[in-house]
Amino acid sequence: MADITLTIDGKQVTVPQGSTVLEAAQKADIFIPTFCHDPELSRYGACRMCVVEIPGMRNLPASCVTEARDGMEVYTESPAVIEARKTILELLLANHPLDCLTCPKNGDCRLQDYCYYYGVGDTPFEGEHHEYEVEEENPFIVRDMNKCILCGKCVRACAEIQGRGVIDFAYRGVNTKVATIMDVPLSESECLFCGNCVAVCPVGALQEKGLRSQARTWEVEKVKTTCSYCGCGCNFDLNVKDNKVVGVTSCDGDVNGRALCVKGRFGYGFIHHPDRLTKPLIKKDGEFVEAEWDEALSLVAGKMGETKKEYGADSLSVLSSARCTNEENYLLQKFTRAVLGTNNIDHCARL
Amino acid sequence: MTNSIEEISKADYILAIGTNTTESHPIIGLEVKKAIRNGTGLAVADPRKTEVASMAHRHMQLKSGSDIALLNGLAHVIIEEGLYAKEFVEERTEDFEAFKETVSKYTPECVEEITGVPVDILKEVARNYAQAKNAPILYTMGITQHICGTHNVLAVANLSMLCGHIGKESSGVNPLRGQNNVQGACDMGALPNVFTAYQKVGMENVQAKYANAWNVDALPDKVGINIGQMMERAGSNVKAMYIMGENPVLSDPDSNHVAHALESLDFLVVQDIFLTETARLADVVLPATSFAEKDGTFTNTERRVQRVRKAIDPVGNAMPDWEIICNLSSVMGYPMNYSSAKDIFDEISTVTPSYAGMSYERLDNGGLQWPCPTEDHPGTPYLHKDKFARGLGKFSAVDYVPPAEQPDAEYPMILSTGRRHFHYHTGTMTRRTGTLDKYYNEESLEINEIDAQKLGINNGDKVKVTSRRGSVEVKACVGDTVPEGMVFTSFHFSEVAINKVTNSQVDPVSNIPEFKVCAVRVEKYSAKNVS
Amino acid sequence: MSNVTLTIDGIKVAVPRGTTVLDAATKAGIFIPTLCHDPNLEKYGACRICVVEIKGMRNLPASCCTDAAEGMEVYTKSEAVIEARKTILELLLANHPRDCLTCEKNGNCRLQDYCFYYGVKESSFNGIRKNHPIDDSNPYIIRDHNKCILCGRCIRTCAQVKERSIIDFAYRGFNTKVATAMDMPLAESECVYCGRCVAVCPVGALMFKPLKGKGRAFEIEKRPVTCTFCENGCTFDLNVKDGKVIGVTPREPGEGRPLCLKGRLGLELKYCDEPPKPMLKKNGEFVQVPWAEALEIKDLINKIIELD
Ligand code: SF4
Ligand code: SF4
Ligand code: SF4
Ligand code: SF4
Repeated sequence: MADITLTIDGKQVTVPQGSTVLEAAQKADIFIPTFCHDPELSRYGACRMCVVEIPGMRNLPASCVTEARDGMEVYTESPAVIEARKTILELLLANHPLDCLTCPKNGDCRLQDYCYYYGVGDTPFEGEHHEYEVEEENPFIVRDMNKCILCGKCVRACAEIQGRGVIDFAYRGVNTKVATIMDVPLSESECLFCGNCVAVCPVGALQEKGLRSQARTWEVEKVKTTCSYCGCGCNFDLNVKDNKVVGVTSCDGDVNGRALCVKGRFGYGFIHHPDRLTKPLIKKDGEFVEAEWDEALSLVAGKMGETKKEYGADSLSVLSSARCTNEENYLLQKFTRAVLGTNNIDHCARL
Repeated sequence: MTNSIEEISKADYILAIGTNTTESHPIIGLEVKKAIRNGTGLAVADPRKTEVASMAHRHMQLKSGSDIALLNGLAHVIIEEGLYAKEFVEERTEDFEAFKETVSKYTPECVEEITGVPVDILKEVARNYAQAKNAPILYTMGITQHICGTHNVLAVANLSMLCGHIGKESSGVNPLRGQNNVQGACDMGALPNVFTAYQKVGMENVQAKYANAWNVDALPDKVGINIGQMMERAGSNVKAMYIMGENPVLSDPDSNHVAHALESLDFLVVQDIFLTETARLADVVLPATSFAEKDGTFTNTERRVQRVRKAIDPVGNAMPDWEIICNLSSVMGYPMNYSSAKDIFDEISTVTPSYAGMSYERLDNGGLQWPCPTEDHPGTPYLHKDKFARGLGKFSAVDYVPPAEQPDAEYPMILSTGRRHFHYHTGTMTRRTGTLDKYYNEESLEINEIDAQKLGINNGDKVKVTSRRGSVEVKACVGDTVPEGMVFTSFHFSEVAINKVTNSQVDPVSNIPEFKVCAVRVEKYSAKNVS
Repeated sequence: MSNVTLTIDGIKVAVPRGTTVLDAATKAGIFIPTLCHDPNLEKYGACRICVVEIKGMRNLPASCCTDAAEGMEVYTKSEAVIEARKTILELLLANHPRDCLTCEKNGNCRLQDYCFYYGVKESSFNGIRKNHPIDDSNPYIIRDHNKCILCGRCIRTCAQVKERSIIDFAYRGFNTKVATAMDMPLAESECVYCGRCVAVCPVGALMFKPLKGKGRAFEIEKRPVTCTFCENGCTFDLNVKDGKVIGVTPREPGEGRPLCLKGRLGLELKYCDEPPKPMLKKNGEFVQVPWAEALEIKDLINKIIELD
C-alpha cells in the first residue's frame, strides 16, 4: 500500500494510505483526546473530542474519522481546537454528577483527565440531571447511567467483541440512554457478564462491582498473568492491594486482547475464601489435626518409603494436575520417576 | 490444536463437532462469532441446541454417540462426488484405499438412519467443507468422552486429510482443551508412558538421557498405569497414592467406585487449596497455593506457553506446589534445590525439544507456541506444514459402534454431561467466588418439553435421575435445548454429583470415560421414591 | 518507664505509660483516621475525626489527646464512632466546594479518602459555601481557603521554625480562617516560601503553583532526595511523571528542618528536566532573577571563573 506524508503540528509523519489523522498523530506521538474512539471497535466519530484544525476544511473535523491525505496540514492544539474541546467538556459536565469525591472511577476516568488538563471545572450550561437508579442487583457489574457520556463503546464492545448485542441506545434526545432490550436489568437480559463493556467504558458509568468497592484506582498494583480456568489461556491483570487480590482488569492479552469471560474477570474470589487450606492436615483417629510442614512432610516421606520397601515402587501411584503449572507437572513426574521409581503417573486430562 | 485460536476467524468454513464452544471456551467462541460476522460458514454437529449450534448455518442434531457414522458419511459424500484433495492424499498420506472401502458403506441414507441427520444436510455440509479454501475442525469432549473416543478422533483426522484441510493456516484439527493446563501436563510427561514432549518410556536412549539429566543410575522403564487402572487396583496392587490438585471423586465417572477405591488405600496424600471431596479421604492434606501466589507457566490449547506471575504471598502457611515437591523430595533423600520456578523451566527447556528455545526472558515478551526448538525460533502457529510428525498421514478406517449403554425399558433415556458458562470443573473454585456462585447457584437438568409432559414434570420441579450405578436429585429445566429422549446436566455441583450416575466404561486406548452417554431413568421426585 | 496494657478492638497492646490511644492503636496495626494530628507537631485535638469509644467514659474522646491507661477497653469501629466520623465529614462537606474533578489534590486528599472510606457522598447539612478569593499572589504557593478544613497544621509547622509564624487563625466562628498578619496576601507577608505548610495540608487548600495543571497524585511518582546546601540535610521529593522530573516538593517538615526556598530551587535546577525560572521578591515585587543570584552563589561562580 502506498504511503502518504502529512504535517501535524509542524511534524512530518508518513503513514500508509487509508490511515486516519488520529492514527497519524498517534504515530507521531502527538496526543489527541478521545472518548468514543477505540482501535478495536468500529469507527463512530460521535464525541467530537478529537477534533483538529485542517486549513482548507470548513469546521473542525473529527480526527478519528478523517482520512489523512498527502500534504495535509493539521493542527491539534490551535486555540479553536482547544475552545471546541472545552465546550464539549462543558456540555458533558452539564448533566454529569459531580461525584468524583467518592466515585470509584476517580483517578482512571477520561472525563476527569480531560477536564483537569483543559482546566474545565465548571459549566456555563444548565443541563438536565438524570435521576436514574444505579443498577446493582447482579454480583458482577454496577451500572450508573447518570455518569454515562453516551460514547457508545459498551454498545460496540458487546456487539463486536462479545458478539452479543445485549445493550443499545434507547429513547431519544436528552433521554437517550444505553439500555438492554425493554430496559430490563442486565440479570434479566441475555448478558453473560463478560464485563467487556466495563473494560472499555471511559468513565464511571460501568464498574466492576467487587474491585471498585474495595480499592481506589491508584491503590492497586497490577500483575499480568494467565487465567487458571479454561484452556483458552487468556491474559489479564490481577489487581493487588495490601497483598490481596481485589480484582481483575483487562490487559492486552496474546490470545484474548481485552476480552475475558465472566469466570476470568469475576471468578477470583476463591483466592481469599475462608475455606482455603492454610496448614498441613494429618488425619488422626479419623479427624484432621493441623500440623507443621516438617511433621507432615516426614510422615509422607516415611510412609511412601515404607510402602515402596514392602510392596515395591509400583505399589505407589501419583496423580498430577492439569490445573498446576508446567514446572509443577514436570517436577512431579521427575519425582515419581527418579525418586519413587515408578512410571505410575497420570492426570485427569480427559475431563 | 494444530491451528492457532486467531486463525479461526480467518477460515472460510468451520466444522464444529461436539463442542459447546461459546460456553466452554468463551474466548474461542468469540473467534467463531467473529468468523461468522466475516462471512465464514459454520456447521455444528451436536445433539443439543447450544448457543453455537443456534448460530450455525447448519446444525446437525445427531444422536449421541453416532459421530463416526456422521464423519464417515461426510467422507463418503466427498469421495463419491470427487471433491477430495487428490494431490494431497497422494503425496502426503497412506492407507487411503482401505479407508475409502470402509466409508463406502456409509451412504447418506444409512447415515441418516444411524444419526438422524437428514441426507440433504449431510451432503450440503460435506460439499461446503470440502470446497472451502481453508476449514478448521473444532471438537472437544463431545468427541472424546465416548467408549469409541479414539476412533472418533481418527475419523475427524481422516476427514481433514481427505480434503487437505490440515497443515495450513486456518485449516486443521483442533481439540479444544477443557482445563487451563491439560496441554502442559501432557507436554511435561505427567503420563504413564512418556517423558516430556512425548518421549517414550522404555526407549533406551530416552531412558539414558533422563537418567543422566536427573543424575540417577537408572529410571523405571516399564510403562506405568493410568488413572482408571489406579482406581481399579487401589487397595490391591496400589497401596499408596499422591494426588496433586485433582478431585477425582467428583470429576471421575461412577464416583461411588472412586471414593471406595481411595478409601481402600493404605495411604493417601492430597495436595490442594481446598478440602475437596477427595482431600477429605486423605491421610495427609498439604495446603498448596492458587495461581495468584506462584510463578510458572501454563500451556494453552493452541500450544502457547505463557507466564503465570506471583501477585501475592501465599495465604497462611500454604506453599506453591513446586516447593512442596522440592521439600518432599529432599526429605526423601533426593535434594531438589530450585530457587525459583524459573530454575525449573530452564531444566525443562534442556530436556524438552519442543520447549528448547523458550526461556522466561522470552516469555516475558509474550507467549510462544511449541514447537520452538531454538532460541531464535518464533514458535509455531500451526502444525504439520509440509510434513506430518510421522512422515505420511495415515488414514485409519474406523467403524461406528453404538455407545456402551443403550436406552432400554428400565432406563429409557440418555444422559449426557458437560460444562456451564458460569462454572468450572468440580466447582471448588467457582463456587467460592462470591460472584459466580451467587448468580448461578443451583444446577438443573435439561429435559425436552415433550418428555417432560409425558413424565408430568414442570419447569423447576425436582426430579430424580437414576442409572444402573446410582441416582441424584436435581431441578428440571424444561425446554428444547436437548432433543427428545435426552437429558443433560453438568458436573460442577457436588449436590448434584452426577458422576454417581455416569458410566465408567472407558475408551480402550485413551481410557477416557463415556461421560457423554449413559442410560437413565428420570422421574418426578416425591417422598415415595426417596428410598 | 512502666508499661500499660489496654485492649483495642479486642487486641491486647502494651505501650509505655504516656502513650496516646491513637499511637497505641497504630502500634497494634489498627487504623484511626486523623486530619489535624501530625506526629511531628504538638497535639491539637480539634478535628475529632479520631474519636473512639472507651468503656466507662462519657462521650467519645479524641484518641490523639487521650492517654492510654491500664486495662482500658477501646473500640475504634463501633457504631457510635462511625456515626460520629460520618457526621464530622458531612459537616466538613457542607461548606466544601465540589472540585475533585479538577482539584490538584485529587487522589492524595484525606477528606476525599475518608469520604470514600465511610461512604459519605452528600452532606445532610446545608452549609453556606465560603467565597474567599484564591491567593496566588506569589510564584510558589496557591492558597484556596474555600477548601481549608481548619486543621491548623500549616500554622503549627510554620511556627516550628524560629521567627517565622507567618500564619495564624483569624476571625471567629463561621468566618474563622488561616491568615497572615493583617490578612494580607502571602506575597506581602514575611513568608519565605519554604513550602512546609503545603507539605502538611491534608486537603487542597495549599498547593504548589509550579505544579499546577501538571499532574495529579496518581500520575506522579515521588523519589526522595537529600538537599546538600546546608548541614540540615532536609529531604525533598522529586516529582516524576512519564519519566520526567516535573518539580521538587518538600517532604516531612519537622523541628530542625527548615526546608528553605533556596534549597528547593537548587534541587529544581539540579534535577528538573525543565526547571522553572527562579523568582525573588525585590522591592515588594516578584521578579525573575538569574540562577546564580537565586542560589546566592554569584561570588563563588565569579571566583571559579577567575581561578580557571
Ligand atoms: S465518572 Fe469520572 S468525572 Fe464522573 S464522577 Fe466518576 S470520576 Fe468523576
Ligand atoms: S457484560 Fe458482556 S454480554 Fe453483558 S452487556 Fe457487557 S459486553 Fe454485553
Ligand atoms: S456506559 Fe460507558 S461505554 Fe457505555 S456509552 Fe456510557 S460512557 Fe460509553
Ligand atoms: S481538597 Fe480534597 S475533597 Fe476537596 S476538592 Fe480537593 S480533592 Fe476534593
